[in-house]
Amino acid sequence: MASILAVDDSASMRQMVVFTLKGAGHQVTEAADGQTALDIAKGQKFDLVLSDVNMPRMDGIALAKELRALPDFKFTPILMLTTESGLNKKQEGKAAGATGWIVKPFNPEQLLATIKKVVG
Amino acid sequence: MTIDMEQFKATFLEESREGLDTMESVLLEMHPGETDAEAIDTIFRAAHSIKGGAATFGLEAIAGFTHVVETLLDEIRNGEREVTQEAIVLFLSSVDCIRELLDADQSGEAVDQEHIDQVKAGLDNMLGSQANTGEAQADMTDDAPVKGWQIAFRPMPDMLRTGNDVVRMFRELASLGELETIVDLDGLPPLAEMDPEEAYLAWQLTLKGEIEKAQIEEVFEWVEDESELTIDPLQEAPSMTQDPSVKQTAAPAEDRRNHDDRRQTTDRRKSTTTESSSIRVDIDKIDALINMVGELVITQSMLGQLGEDFDMSRVERLKDGLGELERNTRELQESVMRIRMLPISFAFNRFPRMVHDLSAKLGKKIELTMSGEQTELDKTVMEKIGDPLVHLVRNSIDHGIEIPEQRLAAGKSETGVVGLNAYHQGGNIVIEITDDGAGLNRDKILAKAVERGLVQEDEELAEEKVFELLFEPGFSTADVVSDVSGRGVGMDVVKRNIQALGGSVEVCSEQGKGSTFTIRLPLTLAILDGQLVRVGENTYIIPLISIVESLLVEQGNVNIVAGKAELYQLRDEYLPIIRLYETFGIEPDRRSLDDGLLVVVEGDGKKGGLLVDELLGQQQVVIKSLETNFRKVEGLSGATILGDGTVALIVDVAGVVRLASRDVSGQQAA
Repeated sequence: MASILAVDDSASMRQMVVFTLKGAGHQVTEAADGQTALDIAKGQKFDLVLSDVNMPRMDGIALAKELRALPDFKFTPILMLTTESGLNKKQEGKAAGATGWIVKPFNPEQLLATIKKVVG
Repeated sequence: MTIDMEQFKATFLEESREGLDTMESVLLEMHPGETDAEAIDTIFRAAHSIKGGAATFGLEAIAGFTHVVETLLDEIRNGEREVTQEAIVLFLSSVDCIRELLDADQSGEAVDQEHIDQVKAGLDNMLGSQANTGEAQADMTDDAPVKGWQIAFRPMPDMLRTGNDVVRMFRELASLGELETIVDLDGLPPLAEMDPEEAYLAWQLTLKGEIEKAQIEEVFEWVEDESELTIDPLQEAPSMTQDPSVKQTAAPAEDRRNHDDRRQTTDRRKSTTTESSSIRVDIDKIDALINMVGELVITQSMLGQLGEDFDMSRVERLKDGLGELERNTRELQESVMRIRMLPISFAFNRFPRMVHDLSAKLGKKIELTMSGEQTELDKTVMEKIGDPLVHLVRNSIDHGIEIPEQRLAAGKSETGVVGLNAYHQGGNIVIEITDDGAGLNRDKILAKAVERGLVQEDEELAEEKVFELLFEPGFSTADVVSDVSGRGVGMDVVKRNIQALGGSVEVCSEQGKGSTFTIRLPLTLAILDGQLVRVGENTYIIPLISIVESLLVEQGNVNIVAGKAELYQLRDEYLPIIRLYETFGIEPDRRSLDDGLLVVVEGDGKKGGLLVDELLGQQQVVIKSLETNFRKVEGLSGATILGDGTVALIVDVAGVVRLASRDVSGQQAA
């Protein structure tokens, strides 16, 4: 199963995501903001990064940019969890190097289905 | 896998409330015309999280409402919209609405839909015509399913750098229908010039089956901008030559429908009203607790060793050990109690907003000062003190602080000051509500009291007695009933609520200088200071706070009314004599009133004299509920276990006095 870094400043979203992923047998590491996630990523490889967009300290877009600059994360799928239905956030995310996005609201089944697509 | 989303909802509700508090406090600091990027960002993030969570956890009403707020905030954040006073007020109302919706979800009660619709209309109005675009852009493609699709896909060289994998996309397509792939190698450079991180290939794909275009678009959704993509309906009749290796014949359309159904079920599942009361505890407190338990274990093992081969030479060490045990137990008790303690800022937080709104409404200039916000108070007491506090602060704003002109005329600064101050004093917490307004008008209060028949016209009353009249039922000195402080109901309720918490409220005031309301509350409801009394062989506990005085009965002061009911004349008052042994049906030492011991108590504003056999000591007792362990008993509010292991019952003073007065009036009527 995959090792996944889940980044969200909302504790309830994080709880839901982590619970769902662990339930599906993935290994999950949590971070409450981009900076924390980046610090973790500097010492550990992941198969997938799931990140919220709007967060204090470092947002998801800056995180994607920083991660892509790390050799270990050059091709690692990075999915943004976004409620922005508007195009700009998605494009900003893509420009920063994000692989794709999952639009909130999503339910656990949808989350797992999307993740399965990416990490098999 | 089905996952019950309810389990995350408690966290969501809690964090949303925190988010709303943040929004509120930041909004209150904001001024029209100024755009503090950080402040806007903070509010936006809070709204954004609430919306996302609400949608995820099936709270559609909250998600829908917050969406509009978020959109407006986003426009402000992007500099497309000004921060106007109107917007601030509207956002503040929105915070209230969201809070209301959250509460309604938790309690299962109905919301004031009219109010919410009104605010929502205001938001929509501000947003302009594009208000309803919302999120409702789900399945718009109503293209009739066709036999198949012809897809041309050419990734941009950079596509791999965003972690997108062509194999993944093809795998997904293959799960939709029958996929044929033809690779186009034209773009492939000579090996020497090839950069392994770039994409050079292009594909011609044929996908057969009843597939909607949207499903295919979804597969390529993430790479729309990183590739050239055309998706056209398949023209020719389906060919018979298929590649069996990628053949997959699931029924995708139906699968999708099932999926949607399932989602709706999750959404529709309404919250059952299981309000689990939880508490956030500072980690330091937990650490202190663990630390204390550690010490207790050490003491226990020390005493254990001592007991193994004990002789009298070790008595000193035993004494030390027991002393240590006592200290550990006490500290442990204190740290456990501290877990229930929250800083009073939880109750104070709402006031900046309230003062802001009310002063605007009343045309007054008011500054709110708060101190001692870190003073800690039991969670239950905190929850119950909120309403009385609101009432008192409203009262100070409405009746206390004068309008600016009056203040200037009185030689005061234009801006009035309302203060909230909390501190510990003994085993109590004291909360003061001060204002530098007009102060209480003694003559006006007296006149009103006479008018209401609360006092006699010629009665001489001390200043504080006059002020106490404020707390009499049905008393109000406001010349005009305003919708701020209500209609003269309230102050008596405030007093009753505070007394129900085992606390007291008093007021002092100086004409022209202002008033101070002082609330005293016990730190916790779990422990009470009690007077132990003995009746026959039983020990009862009377809450110390209810006791006025204790005296020896003088037979001359006993009056018998209507043949049986006994009243005791204490100075100018008549108290019903309550023989506790009769109330509880037990055998006393003595039945005669002569030289009997009377404990004068007051509950719910009514006094009575409890006849007891002996006054024992005073001590703090831990209250155990009778209701949960046994059943509710009239005249008793609980029980406790005394040092010697016996159970003592705690007298419900208000209840006992009520019982007695019922008996008296019953007998008078007979």
